[in-house]
Amino acid sequence: MLSRGQIIRWVVKPVIWMVGLGIPAWLTWGAFHDGLGSDPVETIQRWTGKGALIGLLLTLSITPLRRRTGWNDLIRLRRLLGLFAFFLATLHLLSYVVFDQSLSLVEIQKDVLEHPWVFAGLSTWLLLLPLALTSTKGSIRRLGGGRWQRLHRLIYLAAAGGVLHFLWLVKKDTGTPALFGAALVLLLVARLPRWKAARAPRSPDPLDSTRAPH
Amino acid sequence: MIIRRGGEIPSSEITPYQHYLDRRAFMLAAGAAALGAVLPPRLGAWPRRSDDKLTPYKDVIGYNNYYEFGTDKASPAKLAGGLKTDPWTIEVAGAVKRPGTYSYDDLVRPHPAEERVYRHRCVEGWSMVVPWMGFPLGDLIRRLEPSSQAKYVEFTTLNDPAQMPGQRSNVLPWPYVEGLRMDEALHPLTLMVMGVYGKPLPNQNGAPLRLIVPWKYGFKGGKAIVRIRFTDTQPRTTWNIAIPREYGFYANVNPQVAHPRWSQARERRIGEFFKQDTLMFNGYADQVASLYAGMNLRINY
Repeated sequence: MLSRGQIIRWVVKPVIWMVGLGIPAWLTWGAFHDGLGSDPVETIQRWTGKGALIGLLLTLSITPLRRRTGWNDLIRLRRLLGLFAFFLATLHLLSYVVFDQSLSLVEIQKDVLEHPWVFAGLSTWLLLLPLALTSTKGSIRRLGGGRWQRLHRLIYLAAAGGVLHFLWLVKKDTGTPALFGAALVLLLVARLPRWKAARAPRSPDPLDSTRAPH
Repeated sequence: MIIRRGGEIPSSEITPYQHYLDRRAFMLAAGAAALGAVLPPRLGAWPRRSDDKLTPYKDVIGYNNYYEFGTDKASPAKLAGGLKTDPWTIEVAGAVKRPGTYSYDDLVRPHPAEERVYRHRCVEGWSMVVPWMGFPLGDLIRRLEPSSQAKYVEFTTLNDPAQMPGQRSNVLPWPYVEGLRMDEALHPLTLMVMGVYGKPLPNQNGAPLRLIVPWKYGFKGGKAIVRIRFTDTQPRTTWNIAIPREYGFYANVNPQVAHPRWSQARERRIGEFFKQDTLMFNGYADQVASLYAGMNLRINY
């Protein structure tokens, strides 16, 4: 029998690696072998985009899942999931910069400023960038746990940005983006009791004006 | 311009075939064979760019926006197979001297099939180059004799959720309705289409009868048409009803007028990785720009 730690190390982690590297490997192979359908760029963008968003939602599901199951080893998956989400988001952005805009910074700037869904997409990636850069143990040490944690709350904003990006780009078929939105809301609601508890003062503070009777 | 006339087919030649050949397939085959024989090479007068290679058949029939069969581009090819297109009737209504319900054959048969290679530009920013088989809508309109009140033509697509699973969702208001101003409908480039690549139109491409207006975004081309109505008021068209700010009645391909959510300046040819510039009126400006002289195309998008 494998222990929980061993399952994570020898089963779950390898699966995440296989999927996270498998998607770009398959897209690259398909691009050279006419294997991505009639509109290969659209296929590349759909898979990297949805992959990144699913990665973000999985990253956000670790904490509620850990609390509910008491399976604390799950935390060891969080960074890996987050980094794969960032990796796919980066490929998604690159495919836009290269294939859609042919590397033209002028066109990109115009597109970002004129179109809210492009703005949301780029913002999402920019929000994820500092999280990816500070994902090492050394960064946590240098920043200090509290500050590191506050910085990494940007993931909520990033996930919301990703869902909006998807929702705003579709023509009329809002079903799939709405599904992602619902999953995000669910993951946030799962955190509510805990946030409430954290906000409630241990003992009433007479100097806290926000809690003064009206 | 590639307009290859199939020519008149003597009825004596057709009659014996009727017993064992599907008439539609026969008409198209005859048209295609005749074309093959007569033809000037494809070079020349057509305003195509050097890279206007035909989009492969598999992409033309496998990558379709046809929300009656789902919003995914691959689902029409998967789900449209069961659509019954024979028998098929088309109602002709409104301000016209010869209204009534016509069988497909009665409506289409007097018009010889021609092959026309047109650029096909989707409002989403992708495009194809497609060899359609069809005849000018104007020929049909003249035969139906619209009255002087007829200022617009409206095309209605089949509404049958039992056969068209996409219609069970309310993603768009059904049935799908499209329309043209009379001068646009009579323009020689405007085509009633029954085939593609020399074969009868596959269901996912709008069989048995669809509209193609090559200088407009693809959604103007109603598929599986069951009703043609002549009217003096501008028809209320489906995408315009759904999202009026994004889809207008005219929907002329125009690289200078952006869709509110994306630029229309460039397009991606299906199968290619990089984009190319979109041409005014999809490259048919010489033929159609005069239809819109004096109109503000930013307002009439």
